[in-house]
Amino acid sequence: MKKLTVLAAALALSASYGAANAQVSGDTVKIGVLNDQSGPYSDLAGKGSFIAAQMAAEDFGGKVLGKPIEIITADHQNKPDIASNIANQWIDTENVDAIVDVPTSSVALAIQEITKNKNRVHINSGAASSDLTGKNCSPTGVHWTYDTYALAKGTGGTLVKEGGDSWFFITADYAFGHALERDTTAAVTAAGGKVVGAVRHPFPGTTDFSSFLLQAQSSGAKVVGIANAGTDTINTIKQAGEFGLVAGGQKLAGLLVFLSDVHSLGLKTAQGLVVTDGWYWDRDDETRAFAKKFAARNGGKMPTMVQAGVYSGISHYLKAIDAAKTDEAKAAVAKMKELPINDFFAKNGKVREDGRMVHDMLLVQVKKPEESKGPWDYYKILSVIPGDEAYRPMKAEFGCSLVK
Amino acid sequence: MSAKSNGSAATPVLYTVLLAVAIAAPFFVYPQFLMRGLCLALFASAFNLLLGYVGLLSFGHAAFFGFAAYVTGHLAKFGTVFLPYFTPFSTPRLHWLEIPMPPWTPELAILGGAFAATLLGLIIGGIAIRRQGIYFAMVTLALAQMLYFFCVQAPFTHGEDGIQAIPRGYLFGAIDMNNSLSMYYFVLAAFILCFLIIQRTIHSPFGQTLKAIRENEPRAISLGYNADRYKLLAFVISAGLAGVAGSLFALVFQIATLNNVHWHTSGEVVLMTLLGGMGTVLGPMVGAFLVAGIQQYLAAFGAWVSIFQGIIFVACVLLFRRGIVGEIQAFRRGGNKAEEEAPAPAVTSHSAAPSPAGE
Repeated sequence: MKKLTVLAAALALSASYGAANAQVSGDTVKIGVLNDQSGPYSDLAGKGSFIAAQMAAEDFGGKVLGKPIEIITADHQNKPDIASNIANQWIDTENVDAIVDVPTSSVALAIQEITKNKNRVHINSGAASSDLTGKNCSPTGVHWTYDTYALAKGTGGTLVKEGGDSWFFITADYAFGHALERDTTAAVTAAGGKVVGAVRHPFPGTTDFSSFLLQAQSSGAKVVGIANAGTDTINTIKQAGEFGLVAGGQKLAGLLVFLSDVHSLGLKTAQGLVVTDGWYWDRDDETRAFAKKFAARNGGKMPTMVQAGVYSGISHYLKAIDAAKTDEAKAAVAKMKELPINDFFAKNGKVREDGRMVHDMLLVQVKKPEESKGPWDYYKILSVIPGDEAYRPMKAEFGCSLVK
Repeated sequence: MSAKSNGSAATPVLYTVLLAVAIAAPFFVYPQFLMRGLCLALFASAFNLLLGYVGLLSFGHAAFFGFAAYVTGHLAKFGTVFLPYFTPFSTPRLHWLEIPMPPWTPELAILGGAFAATLLGLIIGGIAIRRQGIYFAMVTLALAQMLYFFCVQAPFTHGEDGIQAIPRGYLFGAIDMNNSLSMYYFVLAAFILCFLIIQRTIHSPFGQTLKAIRENEPRAISLGYNADRYKLLAFVISAGLAGVAGSLFALVFQIATLNNVHWHTSGEVVLMTLLGGMGTVLGPMVGAFLVAGIQQYLAAFGAWVSIFQGIIFVACVLLFRRGIVGEIQAFRRGGNKAEEEAPAPAVTSHSAAPSPAGE
């Protein structure tokens, strides 16, 4: 009898071992962090995302289904062809199971295509384009942290409810800027506000925003929406400070601004700016605990929402592998869609059928220098926007073939 | 000419070895990296035809490379073409002529891209060729920037998203190009064909005339050559070949983006050519593979990519101004007998001022 039990146990053990062995490709779960580490997005993602990914793997215990987790990284230099080259090589020769982060829309869309064709997981945290869960959606692609629609909706809709019912846009004159302006306008009018005017500035290469700012000032609008990105946003905000827009009673609404941008602008320049954020480090004890651990490894810099999203996305992915008993991409992502997300990043978050991770967004305002208690204490939270209101509803008209 | 007269015994052997290496390479090195290298090598060779043999520094070659990539991508993915035309009478305005077509096969799409680049070369070259030296470089840069801004706005380029998921299709309707080996050998064949065109151009009487213009334009004019016409033709050939490189690039990576028409790309091709050795046949290829290798294999070290590129460029300018291949050739010439001809000083003077003794 005893012999039999031992035999059964041994059989069961070997069976489960064999199963795990067969289900994890290459005997490791390899995750590649592909992002910009030398250019404009290196502060909001960059090395910090790699650190976040490493922390996620360590906190998970370094192993999933008994196999080690390995994190690798590369700098895509914001060039889609280099990114595509690296991603293909990762998948074909290094057996990478998942590619994460990937800021810059053109690069993210290229990676979405590659991971779809080669059946690997793509967890995007850094890119803004809502096409990733629209016409470019993929059964193995998950868009984790934010998108242009949620930012526009959050800032536009919520500010109107708080009294900012007349808007003026300063828009970068290209497809991205137009999309941001269009989505925000829709949110503003839906909430009962009105747009009194808009001005378009050439992209790229505009450095002098004075004439646009003067128009915004004289329009008398309560809110000036800044529908551009990166250095353009930083220059607009700086010059708006010089023209005294905020001091004159107008509100500045940045439609794509990250914590790292506020850090480089400084509170004196950025104060009063209203921004939608996917996550803020100083929200509660859980977020502060993560941020403290992260900052200790990242030269004292607090995590941005993109970096926190990388951690959260990878943790959830590993949990899904554990539950699905396989690292096969479609099965793992299907499991990710099944399991709810409850961590320091999101409460009751869920991954929708189109790959959109829906979680609460925050409308925040940049503090005045005298309100700030210390370094990185930048935001006060104005309101929490429930995920279902913030994100674009899942409808077939947005072009995702996974939505019926 | 210098390379030919110098190593006439060694050259066929060298080319045979290179060809063998190129055929065997995809079994040892990741094919997509090799294809990227070949595309950039072709791009740099086309650029070198202008800089090394005519002495014209074009700072806008990304325009031809990138625009051809867009055209090829559009033709291979959608096919349908919209052509603008203008009605000056009654109500003058712009119209669009729609020519509905099915998606093109890859070889035709590449020809379409190359044709577009050639046409663009005719326009940009026709304007830029009237100026020399730094003014020439500035005019090409300005026109290429105009094209860049056009591509930011034009609907068919899909703005900053670029044309994504370009199908590689079937070559001649039969060979599946999604197989990376068949794609590689196709790119290699196209590269060799273009390389032979460049060789033929350099070593023809036409090429000799170009070199004469490079060395001393007023003297070439006094001998009865129409220098402007020669320069324009060289510019158009260079643009067309850069277009082939861009078209191949679009099919290899299945994307065409703003990055390809950005002036960074124009700068990179200058870098590749100077690193390898301008005015040498193999130099641009060596430079292209070096730069592609740095970008690919140092990517894991993050910000070091650009720092490394910078250091190598500075070292190149300070230490070996003829470029890698140029220095090797000069060393071998020095080892044999001193000077059959002296192309080196002419080459180095170009790096300081693209078109010396112009006016």
